[in-house]
Amino acid sequence: MAISVMFCIMMALSIIFASVNGTTAQAGNGLMEGAQDAVTLVIGMMGTLCLWCGVTEVMRQSGLSDKLTRLLRHPIRILFPEAREDMSLHGDLAGAISANILGLGNAATPLSIRACSSLHRISGNTGAASDSACMLVILGATSIQIFPSTIAAVRAGAGAQSSFDILPAVWLTTLVSCTVSVGFGLIMRHRG
Amino acid sequence: MLWNLIAPLIVLSVALYGLFRRVDIFSAMITGAKEGISVSARILPALVPLLGAITMLRSSGGLGALSSLCAPAFDLLGIPPECAPLIIIRPFSGSGALAMGAGLMAAYGPDSLIGRTTAVMLGSTETTFYAVSVICGAAGIGKTRYIIPAALLGDLAGYITAAAAVRWLF
Repeated sequence: MAISVMFCIMMALSIIFASVNGTTAQAGNGLMEGAQDAVTLVIGMMGTLCLWCGVTEVMRQSGLSDKLTRLLRHPIRILFPEAREDMSLHGDLAGAISANILGLGNAATPLSIRACSSLHRISGNTGAASDSACMLVILGATSIQIFPSTIAAVRAGAGAQSSFDILPAVWLTTLVSCTVSVGFGLIMRHRG
Repeated sequence: MLWNLIAPLIVLSVALYGLFRRVDIFSAMITGAKEGISVSARILPALVPLLGAITMLRSSGGLGALSSLCAPAFDLLGIPPECAPLIIIRPFSGSGALAMGAGLMAAYGPDSLIGRTTAVMLGSTETTFYAVSVICGAAGIGKTRYIIPAALLGDLAGYITAAAAVRWLF
């Protein structure tokens, strides 16, 4: 819904600015150019995206993804105290978190929903989110990203010299962003 | 120098590990690539109207005017004001943000300060409101308590860090 409103606002603003600035010709062409650019962009990034999805699939089939999942056991104990006894819930949580970290958007959402439903059930299905459920959703919304393949694909499509040279900056940024939101979540948990 | 080879090195290591674990890696890569095609096909319909509207806003001079309006606040945080539209759209729509980012990279160049900051912001944040509403909605959670403030605070920290990191590293 929000995006529909944004679209109308952008269109209306463009028409107003074009009339005021006398850039009607550029604005009129801009709409069509942008629509064409969308196709060029998707074609440009499609190859890179397919390659990375292929690599991800190899990681899944060879059990490399599960290895990462096992690395997450200790952080899970700290962040989700309510799940300590429940090993199947542990698996759900690890799956959801590692799918988020690996950037598997399609797998991350269903896995997060499943783990979140289980956490919610443990807390007795009251209307409000339990602290552990809050933590899971916060992690899903500001997850650490190891490999932003879609953005690298867009950069490659736009003609970047080295589409992966942003990786260190992305790691630093994602770490700060995730630490701030998880830290805020922990503070709120211990206050309430 | 190393960054040019990071992608091939990752592909090779994953492939060798797969071979070691007796996975038919080539057919696995094909299975994954099909997924890549469907992802591309899914984002294209959303990108067409959005990139159209964004390009129009840029070429009408509106984007520049809006950026200079936001400039003082963004200057304070060290964020290039040109990134303002991206930051506004980011928590609401993944494809919208992708279109906005692609538009900024096309306008200023993917290797410019703005282009790189855009990419880092996109690569290290998520579609906050979408993620929260989908997960909570499906899990039957009515009251989200401190989830939204925590996530938005993290996003804000991310935007500031993204701009600082690009300035510092490039």
